[in-house]
Amino acid sequence: MISAPDVVAFTKEDEYEEEPYNEPALPEEYSVPLFPFASQGASPWSKLSGAKFSRDFILISEFSEQVGPQPLLTIPNDTKVFGTFDLNYFSLRIMSVDYQASFVGHPPGSAYPKLNFVEDSKVVLGDSKEGAFAYVHHLTLYDLEARGFVRPFCMAYISADQHKIMQQFQELSAEFSKASECLKTGNRKAFAGELEKKLKDLDYTRTVLHTETEIQKKANDKGFYSSQAIEKANELASVEKSIIEHQDLLRQIRSYPHRKLRGSDLCPGETERTQDPPSQAATTSDPEESADTDHYTCRPAYTPKLIKAKSTKCFDKKLKTLEELCDTEYFTQTLAQLSHIEHVFRGDLCYLLTSQIDRALLKQQHIINFLFEDLVEVDDRRVEKQESAPPRPSHDRPTSRSVEECPVPQVLISVGSYKSSVESVLIKMEQDLGEEGSREVEVTEPSSFDPQENLAYLDTDMKGSISSGESIEVLGTEKSTSVLSTSDSQASLPVPSSPQVVRSKAVSHRTISGDSIEVLSTCPSEAFVPDDFKASYPGAVNEEESHADDGGAAIHFQAGLSPPELGEAEEGGSGVTPSQTDSCCVGREGGTLRVPLSTPGHTLSDEDGVVSVPPQRYQQKDQEFHVDVSLENANASSRDSGSEGFPAYELDPSHLLASRDGSKTSLDDHSDATSYGSSVTSASSDRTPSSVPPTGPSSERHKKRAGQNALKFIRQYPFAHPAIYSLLSGRTLVILGEEEAVVRKLVSALSIFVPNYSLHAKPVKHWVSSPLHITDFQKWKLIGLQRVASPASAGTLHALSRYSRYTSILDLDRKTLRCPLYRGTLVPRLADHRTHIKRGSTYSLHVQSVLTQLCAKAFLYAFCRHLHLPARGTEAEGLAASRQASFLQLNLGLVNEDVKVVQYLAELLKLHYTREPSAAGQPVLRFDYVPSFLYKI
Amino acid sequence: MLRWLIGGGREPQGLAEKSPLQTIGEEQTQNPYTELLVLKAHHDIVRFLVQLDDYRFASAGDDGIVVVWNAQTGEKLLELNGHTQKITAIITFPSLEACEEKNQLILTASADRTVIVWDCDTGRQVQKVSCFQSTVKCLALLQRLDVWLSGGNDLCVWNRKLDLLCKTSHLSDTGISALIEIPKNCVVAAVGKELIIFRLVAPTEGSLGWDILQVKRLLDHQDNILSLVNVNDLSFVTGSHVGELIIWDILDWTVQACERNFWDPSPQLDTQQEIKLCQKPNDVSIHHFTWDEENVFVAVGRGLYVYNLQMKRVIACQKTAHDSNVLHVAKLPNRQLISCSEDGSVRIWELREKQQLAAEPVPTGFFNLWGFGRVNKQASHPAKKQQENSTSCSLELIGDLIGHSSSVEMFLYFEDHGLVTCSADHLIILWKNGERESGLRSLKLFQKLEENGDLYLAV
Repeated sequence: MISAPDVVAFTKEDEYEEEPYNEPALPEEYSVPLFPFASQGASPWSKLSGAKFSRDFILISEFSEQVGPQPLLTIPNDTKVFGTFDLNYFSLRIMSVDYQASFVGHPPGSAYPKLNFVEDSKVVLGDSKEGAFAYVHHLTLYDLEARGFVRPFCMAYISADQHKIMQQFQELSAEFSKASECLKTGNRKAFAGELEKKLKDLDYTRTVLHTETEIQKKANDKGFYSSQAIEKANELASVEKSIIEHQDLLRQIRSYPHRKLRGSDLCPGETERTQDPPSQAATTSDPEESADTDHYTCRPAYTPKLIKAKSTKCFDKKLKTLEELCDTEYFTQTLAQLSHIEHVFRGDLCYLLTSQIDRALLKQQHIINFLFEDLVEVDDRRVEKQESAPPRPSHDRPTSRSVEECPVPQVLISVGSYKSSVESVLIKMEQDLGEEGSREVEVTEPSSFDPQENLAYLDTDMKGSISSGESIEVLGTEKSTSVLSTSDSQASLPVPSSPQVVRSKAVSHRTISGDSIEVLSTCPSEAFVPDDFKASYPGAVNEEESHADDGGAAIHFQAGLSPPELGEAEEGGSGVTPSQTDSCCVGREGGTLRVPLSTPGHTLSDEDGVVSVPPQRYQQKDQEFHVDVSLENANASSRDSGSEGFPAYELDPSHLLASRDGSKTSLDDHSDATSYGSSVTSASSDRTPSSVPPTGPSSERHKKRAGQNALKFIRQYPFAHPAIYSLLSGRTLVILGEEEAVVRKLVSALSIFVPNYSLHAKPVKHWVSSPLHITDFQKWKLIGLQRVASPASAGTLHALSRYSRYTSILDLDRKTLRCPLYRGTLVPRLADHRTHIKRGSTYSLHVQSVLTQLCAKAFLYAFCRHLHLPARGTEAEGLAASRQASFLQLNLGLVNEDVKVVQYLAELLKLHYTREPSAAGQPVLRFDYVPSFLYKI
Repeated sequence: MLRWLIGGGREPQGLAEKSPLQTIGEEQTQNPYTELLVLKAHHDIVRFLVQLDDYRFASAGDDGIVVVWNAQTGEKLLELNGHTQKITAIITFPSLEACEEKNQLILTASADRTVIVWDCDTGRQVQKVSCFQSTVKCLALLQRLDVWLSGGNDLCVWNRKLDLLCKTSHLSDTGISALIEIPKNCVVAAVGKELIIFRLVAPTEGSLGWDILQVKRLLDHQDNILSLVNVNDLSFVTGSHVGELIIWDILDWTVQACERNFWDPSPQLDTQQEIKLCQKPNDVSIHHFTWDEENVFVAVGRGLYVYNLQMKRVIACQKTAHDSNVLHVAKLPNRQLISCSEDGSVRIWELREKQQLAAEPVPTGFFNLWGFGRVNKQASHPAKKQQENSTSCSLELIGDLIGHSSSVEMFLYFEDHGLVTCSADHLIILWKNGERESGLRSLKLFQKLEENGDLYLAV
């Protein structure tokens, strides 16, 4: 039996939300929690679990009505990825935790079957035996031929890293929702098409039957009906009924609430579609609808078929594939989205988190990003997308709100608290598909609550009603240890007047003991909780408590609420507020119990043997070990030693070997090959290295190499500082050399110091051999120039000396630099030749941080109104200038030439901000009349 | 600077000889132009720049196209295509007050023997005249009579509607090189070595037609006249290829003053320089004038001279202001002078009064040596002589603008937007005051912030 419940609420950062966002507390965001097992001498990179698959993958499974749960496809579609991992078994697992109540049937008071537009459910699930942890996203698609018209599917992101699933839950959920929405949109269209065909068939059948009946009537004038005629009449009647039902279904699917579409992220195809036919869009107010109807009506002519009275047995027919269920177009889009997800989330968790922190911070400084960040483009587009989408109604998507509104989302993660929260307790799940009997029992039980409702369940006619409830009941075994979620139990609740209103709202956090499946949490799916719901609270709670006392149940409900709040919630009849929904557990015992809220006492009852700490990110900060590591230090200690030697734990030969072997990427230098923590990690954890960062391999690799070469340059040339100063202050640096490769290499290395004009391209020209022109200095800030030995070079050199006031010239062959004097303090920090940084990627991060700081200064300078505009109209001219100077010097702490750097960056900011979107941003060439000096080694 | 003017009076002669061209180095604290914008639209030498209004200018050149630019942003506003050959003259054609259309017009003449009237606001070709026998080399507008004149091998008079009102007979094969308006309905045309004065007869009650009559031919120049300008209400100035500068009375067309000796090899110059002068005969050709109330600024060969109209003598000079011929000079309001040259550079000079000790005889001696003053028709007043001693000036180089890779043909100065230069390297460069631009950008930034509602002013 289960002694300790291992399921904990997946709490979100409600406390964080309540706190007004005061100031960006930078140091905290950068703090990295200590590895919790560091004291035990464990390497943070080694994986304890023996996962049978080499890396994360996405699995799509279906609960087929013919063969049960079955895997459909994996992304990436490569058997090497999942290796010996038993997909069938895992499909069974993940499909058995579908909570959603997507039943279709005759709701009370309605003569026709109702389509329920259910929301997807999102579950985190772990299988410690397999070493697999999964985010599971359940969805149902409509299929006219399926039982109950629904086909339950699920998409699962499977990883060996439990923390990744837990900590990236929001992100996974958001991304998978997009994919699911795409699938469902395609499915609705396809379903509507099917319905139309079916209607035509039925219509045709009716006509045929009608004619036949008429003939029979005529042939048989005796005034009584033969049994044949009666049969025909019955058949006709059933066809009529069927027609009406199908028409109703069609109406329902067409009237799919568009507000939902608007609220959620439209998948790309849909957006295109809505914009495609403007003429039709003009006819109706709702473009979406018009597009839909267009899609339905403009099908090619369809020849109706006669429908046999007896429907075929469900096992005879071949079920549609997923691709058929959805439009092919939507299907491929979904696949693209899924592989995007896979691409984004693969790799080590710490890398993911770092890049998320990075992105979150970059988002905050979107005005200055263009200067040095080359990834901004992607990010910005994403941000814009998010912003352009209408804000979701916060009341039904609390989690997404927290994602979008948290200025620094998912930054603070307490590994410690997670650890304790995921105390695995084996959950018993002895279930097998053949257990019809138990299922029936389960099904009938709700009837005691609501017979009408039960009818819907038991409806076994052609429309069928295998609701997803059935698949849920797979969990609800005779062991009675399962807890069904509200969303599930809602199906058996007294249904309010409109069944569509009833959507599962509550989150269920449950444990099912007896097997190795640990359902860690689910996220709230959107819905309202009916008022009636609370009626069942007391009994449910009581029963739950008694059950818990029995010690037989591993159910634990964790309410992360303070008692007053809880009381309030219980009193407030309107149901569960988002935060409560998140933090409380709702369970159902044996299909009859619903425990929506637990009392505080229950939560804290230690005698239950319950140990539960919710994984709260922003809470319990006191429990975390915050170590503020500056980038430099962190790098120096962990990654940085890569080029010279591995840290102690990495020096373990097996690790080293693994990392070498694992990283199949052949990068040009050793430091590059080992510079990724993630690759080292994954290698040691027996996974294929996912050294490809989510943001794009080329830029990352480029950065790494550039950092390394820049580091070399700084070490090699004592005059690196004035050269970098030239770049930062917008003075074109010409790198003169004979060998193209050498020049190119240095150019790309130094390009990390070149501020951009705009998002589009760095003003860097890697290699030219023709004489330079004034336009080149306007366009390029870093130029690699060929030194030719022929007389032709005279022109080149002449031009160079002519335009010497616009350029700094670095002669690679003679090792000289001609450029203005630099006496500031900024560049020495940026490019210290005695730095302990050894790796290229580390150095480029260091550069990034210093430059970001610099950009922030430039931002302050550019956007301080009083510095640039006269305070009063009659102010003397010189005053603003003196204010500027004192601001730069005193407030920003800039000395000498550093001022010019900030001024230049501020000018770029101004230009960028004020630039008209249409205008082709022609940069001005700014220069100073300052003397140059010749530096030699 | 002083040492150049004095030419060896007090400064060591050797220094002057070693580097005849003055250089300023990289530190130019007084040079305000710290920003530039390269404008590229032409495919051939850009020869002409003409200001349209406070913020627009047009450029034209050998590629036959006219481009209208925004001087503030450097934005190309219009491209006027119509001429098939190089453009030889361009003038603005202000619209009449009474006229409904307020659009700015320009007239362009081209080697394809056409003249086109353009509307600079719409880019429309308003009208085209193509009945010329020869290339029109100069255009002049007589606003008072509302007619314009075109000068080629003959002189034609046109009205606003481009009707030919009258024309002269064939004057010369070389054609009219310059044309200015002088009072009493007269125009002066420079044809080769001679100046011809024409009088325009407007239709009166008696005669219906326009007529143009040759009034006088002035033959005082020894060589081709290259430049001809109106300097004030009293006089106009001509300059010739051999360095003759003649100041004419505008009313009776008599010579008021004459300077011929720019080219005279001075005995003080060493042989090297003499050879140079001999090798480059057009070292003394007068390419361009500019003027203000007191002075005429003359581009003589590679040098710059300041000729005082009152004193009738050169008060300052810079014999080798550039490496090569100076093509255009302009006077800025703040006593600054800008010159551009075939060497591709633009230089900014400041006219500074030299604090001269009264006892110092050098300037007088210097000018006497050069023969200034001797040729003055009117006798020099002793009182003015006194003044000369104390008000002699110097041209000091305060900055140079290097950007063009080839001869800078012309430039335009905008009070608010800086300097526009055009060059044989097909480029136009907009030189701007960096500090002011920075301030303007800040202004724009905060305006935009305000528009976007992002600006919260602390109360």
